[in-house]
Formats: sequence, structure tokens, C-alpha cells
Amino acid sequence: MIKPQHIAGQIVAYTAFALMIGYFASRPAYHHHAPENALLKLSLTHAGQRVGECKDRTPEELAKMPPNMRTKQSCGRERNAVTLEMDLDGKLVFQQTARPAGLSADGRSRFYDSREVPAGQHVMRVRMRDGNNANIFDQKAELTVTLEPRQVFVVDFDEEDGKFSFQ
Amino acid sequence: MSNPIKSALRAGLFRAESAWDGLVGREANPMYHLGAMSWYFFWIVGASGLYLFVPYDTSAARAWNSIEYITREQWYWGGLIRSLHRYGSDAMVLTMMLHLVREWLLDRYHGARWFAWFTGVPLIWMVFSSGITGYWLVWDELAQYLAIGTAEWLDWLGIFAQSIARNFLTRGALTDRFFTLLIFIHIAVPLFLLFAMWIHILRINRADTNPPRQLVIGTSIMLVALSLIHPATSHPAADLGRSTAILDPDWFFMALYPLYDTKGPAMAWGVSIGVTLLLSVMPWMALRRKRSSAAEVLASHCNGCGNCASDCPFGAVTIRPRQDGSPHREIAVMQPDLCTSCGICVASCNKSNPFLKGDPHKTGIDLPDFAFDLVVKRVSARTHGLTGPGRVLVLGCDHGAVLDHLKGHSVGVLSLPCTGMVAPSVIDYALNKDLVDGVLVTGCRPGECFHRLGPEWTAMRLAGERVPKLRGAVDKERVRLFWAASTEVKALSRDLAEFRVQLAEMPKPERPEGTARRVAE
Ligand code: HEM
Repeated sequence: MIKPQHIAGQIVAYTAFALMIGYFASRPAYHHHAPENALLKLSLTHAGQRVGECKDRTPEELAKMPPNMRTKQSCGRERNAVTLEMDLDGKLVFQQTARPAGLSADGRSRFYDSREVPAGQHVMRVRMRDGNNANIFDQKAELTVTLEPRQVFVVDFDEEDGKFSFQ
Repeated sequence: MSNPIKSALRAGLFRAESAWDGLVGREANPMYHLGAMSWYFFWIVGASGLYLFVPYDTSAARAWNSIEYITREQWYWGGLIRSLHRYGSDAMVLTMMLHLVREWLLDRYHGARWFAWFTGVPLIWMVFSSGITGYWLVWDELAQYLAIGTAEWLDWLGIFAQSIARNFLTRGALTDRFFTLLIFIHIAVPLFLLFAMWIHILRINRADTNPPRQLVIGTSIMLVALSLIHPATSHPAADLGRSTAILDPDWFFMALYPLYDTKGPAMAWGVSIGVTLLLSVMPWMALRRKRSSAAEVLASHCNGCGNCASDCPFGAVTIRPRQDGSPHREIAVMQPDLCTSCGICVASCNKSNPFLKGDPHKTGIDLPDFAFDLVVKRVSARTHGLTGPGRVLVLGCDHGAVLDHLKGHSVGVLSLPCTGMVAPSVIDYALNKDLVDGVLVTGCRPGECFHRLGPEWTAMRLAGERVPKLRGAVDKERVRLFWAASTEVKALSRDLAEFRVQLAEMPKPERPEGTARRVAE
């Protein structure tokens, strides 16, 4: 049983315990992104073009292969690393070259970037190199957007359409 | 002893615990039951979680609404349960972390106890993953923040075939399947946690998994009151098209997230893996310390009674059938790697009795580094030549108050690895042979025993509640118990002085010319 002299002490101790839990369960507040800024996300997974050229198999070659593996072309598996760059209002803000995933480098290259930008109008330029020519960018896009405070704006690559998507 | 900073911290802990005892009473002080409190909170969270699972809607579109419904439409009942679920988890994090710090401060993590420490480390990960996935399920702005942060953090490893963060890229990206997966994780991880908690205490004999009733009642009232006064609520519903700005995080679970936000995934991984590895290897970093030899069974003296197996705090002794032609059917068997060399088993053995003939005094189970024979010889030596009224032998342990400066013309002291090593017959012997007028038994306070259970068993043996009992004919006025932490030397001196005055006022006992007598029952 509780001794009378401990009743007050227990009330104090349990109150302190409750305050400790109750307070740190939601305070102090945390400022993640500034509420007046928008969030610009760049997220894409894209497979670069194959490194080597594909070559057509001759009918004799095809005949030697097991029936389930008779594809018309023989291609190397290895893919190019993909380079992605983005300018925001004329300034380069993102530049990265990502290796293809997988042990034989035959997978997709992955990019992810998330940055706060002031709300308002911006000019975005994105370009990507996924082919064999190191001097050109295979994909380019330019867009002028007006971003609201706290708006999340995503730059992605639409594999079906084969071009950048903005949403 | 360990380094001075740690000793100072430990002294601070003992002082704080004493002050707390004074405030709430010892039985209601959670510091002695932090592991048990964590278990208790686990049950609270588990039971309330079962209730919440029923109305929860596992879809991205309706999850938030279903929790709002529980919180607002089902008030009080649903809202109360939700709050208990949240605050119970927070309390569990708190008691678990305090438990970790306390076991470390009391040095109870190396040697044979490596197992409990090592298996404790994954519990931290499991508790945190359970909590984070729980917050995630609410699918409010805080959940959005956690989901994206955690996903980005995991993606950084590059081991998942697909980016997890892409699930949260746009309003349309998130599927209900993901929520089904999430609730599965949120139920599976706590189940694994329960299993892992069981493994954690596997090598602990009579692990304290149920806090005393007073604490259970008090804590339950506290949790309910907190839930009613300050119920758990959600942030606005998540919207992947809007970024998260000002949040009210649960810091018990989310303290590491700002580190990720400001220093990036490499640092956040570095800290979490680094701390985990450091904690995991800590028991072996302490191995430079000398480890005493494990207790050994002396087959010729063991009758297989099982006292030692029942008393051993770590289950290092088991009773097995014997085949050596002895009339006894069973024998104690040691598992040396579980032994902390406390000597509690030595005191529990009926053969540890100085009245029994034999030189040296042999017993059924003994410590090679501090044999029972040495205990008896030291009792004689330390009491030899004591003079004056109120001659006292102080029996204590190496972890409680230091005894040396209590020594004097009338006071002899003997420190053992653990007070639990004091066989009641030794006390009987010291009084019976007129070596002293009284025996003061001290050691770590219950709940603080370095070896676990030493003070508890000693008190019960002396009170005649546990074998081997102190013989009924021993004058109980001449035997005194006073538990004292290493910080309580003064209090111990005062108690000793009081005891000596009391002894001096007692009439000299009539002693039959003593020969060997039956002592321990
Ligand atoms: C879910 C969280 C945890 C629960 C429920 C829990 C529970 C317990 C319980 C009930 C005991 C037995 C206490 C006794 O009877 O003396 C214990 C012992 C122990 N725990 Fe935990 N524990 C948890 C987490 C941890 C963590 C994170 C660590 C440290 C990494 C840890 C380290 C230890 C150690 C070293 C012991 C052994 C103490 C001894 O040998 O005297 N525990 N735990």
C-alpha cells in the first residue's frame, strides 16, 4: 500500500512523467521546409542506350540457338551511364552522371533531388545524355512555371512518350 | 572499478534514485523496474493497437479519415485508445533508453551478461521501426514527412530494385497496396519485437517482466489522465502535392530526422549504423577487465537438491540426472559462460556450513577465486581480537558501500563478491563461536544489485522465508540488515553505530560449550 507521506510525492512524480511524455510527443515544433517556398523535385529512373550497336543474326545462327532464345538481334547488355543537368533561371543547379544499376550495368540509372525554391516564376531547363555521343544531350526541355508557396513540382521522364514530364 | 566519469555518473544515479525513493516510496520507483516497465508499455501498446486495427482503413485516400473518425467520433473511447497507443509507445522508448543507460552505468553489460546487452540492441531498431511505421499509417503531414524522409534515406543505400521515394512523388503515385504493406509491417515488427524481447531475457533467471502493482496502477492512471487531458491528434491530411512545412514531431521517435534533413543520408546512416555497432561490441570492449572464474560443482559434495539452480540469477546451474554411482539421483551442472561469479550458489548450498567438519571446508558448489573455506577463514581472521562491548562483523559486497573504513577495535569487515554469498550458517557460526556480538549484513540495495537478486535472497534467507534459512535459535536482534549503495557510506556508519549501542545494552548470551551443531535447515 502507498504510505500517506508518499501520496503527494507520487502525484508530483507521475505529473512530471506525464508532462515529459505529453510535451515531447509533439513539441517543440519543427520547421521542415519554409512555408513560403516551393519544393522542386527531380526524380527519374531511366535506362541509358546500349553501349554497343546491335547486329542482326543470320538464319544459320538463329537455327543453332534453342527455340526459346531466337531473338533476331544480338545486343550487348551494357548500357550507357546517364547524365542529367538542370538549370534554374539560367544557373546550373543539378548535374550528375549515374551508372546503370546491376552487376553487368544493364539496369536503369537513378536520379533523385529535392530542393526548396522561392515561390514565383522560374525558367527551368533540363537536359539528359543517354546515348553514345558525349557531345550532345539526347533529351532537352525548357519550361517556365509559376510556383505557389509549398507547391511540390516534379520533373520526371516519361518512358512511354520518351520525353521529360513536368507536374 | 571503471573510469572516474562513469563512477561519478553512477554515484549521481544512486543519489537521484534515493531522492526519488524518498518522494514516492521504493516500490513505486520505476528506476528499479525499467525493463519490466518497457514490457508493461509493450502490452498497453499491443492491446490498444488491436483495437485501432479494426476501424483503420488501409487505403491512401481514407486512412486519415478513419483515424479522424476514431479520434473525434469515437471520443472518448476510440480517442482514448489512440492516445494510449501513442503515449504508451513514447513511454516505452523512454523507459527502454533509461534501462540501457542504467545497465551500462551499473556495469551490467559485459562478461556473462553480453547476451542480454547484445540482444537488447536490435530491440531499439524494432521499437523505432514500429513507432515510425505507426506514425506513417496516420497519413497526415507528419506521416508524409516521415514517409518521404525514410524512403529517401533507404533509397540512398541503392539496394532496392525500385526507388521507394518515387511512391510519394505525386498525388497519384501512392497506391493502396502500399498501405496494406505498411500495416503488415506495423504489425509484423512488433510481433518480432515480442519474440526478440523474450530472447533478450532468456538467460536471466526470474526476469522482472511485471512491474510491482503500485507502479502498474499509478502509471495506468497517469496514461489515461494524459490521454484525456491532452489527446493525440493528427496533422492535416497528407497531400503529396504540397510540401511539409511546420510540424509537431514526436521527438521520442523522430529525433534523428533533423539530422537527415540537415546533414544528408550518409551522415544519418553513419550515425545509426555507428551507434548500433558501438553498442553491439561494447560487452567485448570491456573484456580487458578481469573476469573471475566461474563457480565449480564438487560432485562428491553435491546431493542434487537444486537450491543453487533455483537461486542463480542467470540460470547458469541446471540439475541433471547423475550416473556416477552416487546414492543421489541428480547433480548440479554448471554452464561456466553464464556465470558471473557472484557466489549466490555457494550460499544456497546446504554443504556451505562452517559447523560441518573438514579442513578445508568443502561444499557442493564453490568459487575457485573465493572459496567457501576462505570465507570461513576470513570470518575468523577478521573477527580475531575484537574487543569491547558491541563487537560486530560487517558482511558486505564489492559493489555496495565500501567497508574498509568501518574497521576498528570492535568491528571487523569482510567484503564478498556479492552479499548473496553470505550463507546464513556463517552468521550463526560467528555468533555461536562468540567471535562477535552481532552481525551486520549490507550490500547493494535491492534492484541495484550488481549481480541481481543478492539482497532479495539474503533478506529472505535471514527472515526464514527461503532455504537455506537462518536457524530459528539464532537471536535475530543480533543480526541486522542495512542495504547501502556505494554513495551511502555515512548512513551505513550511522546504522553500525546504532547497532553497536543496541548490542552493548543486550545481556551476554548463555553459550553451551559449542561443538558442531545442526545449523542450516
Ligand atoms: C524493448 C525493450 C526492452 C525491454 C522490454 C527489456 C526488458 C528487460 C528485462 C525485463 C530485463 C530483466 C531485468 C531483471 O530482471 O533484472 C532486462 C535485462 C537487461 N537488459 Fe533489457 N530490455 C529492453 C531493451 C534493452 C536494451 C536496448 C538494452 C541495451 C542495449 C538492454 C540491456 C539489458 C541488459 C544488459 C540486461 C541484463 C541485466 C542484468 O544482467 O542484470 N535492454 N531487459
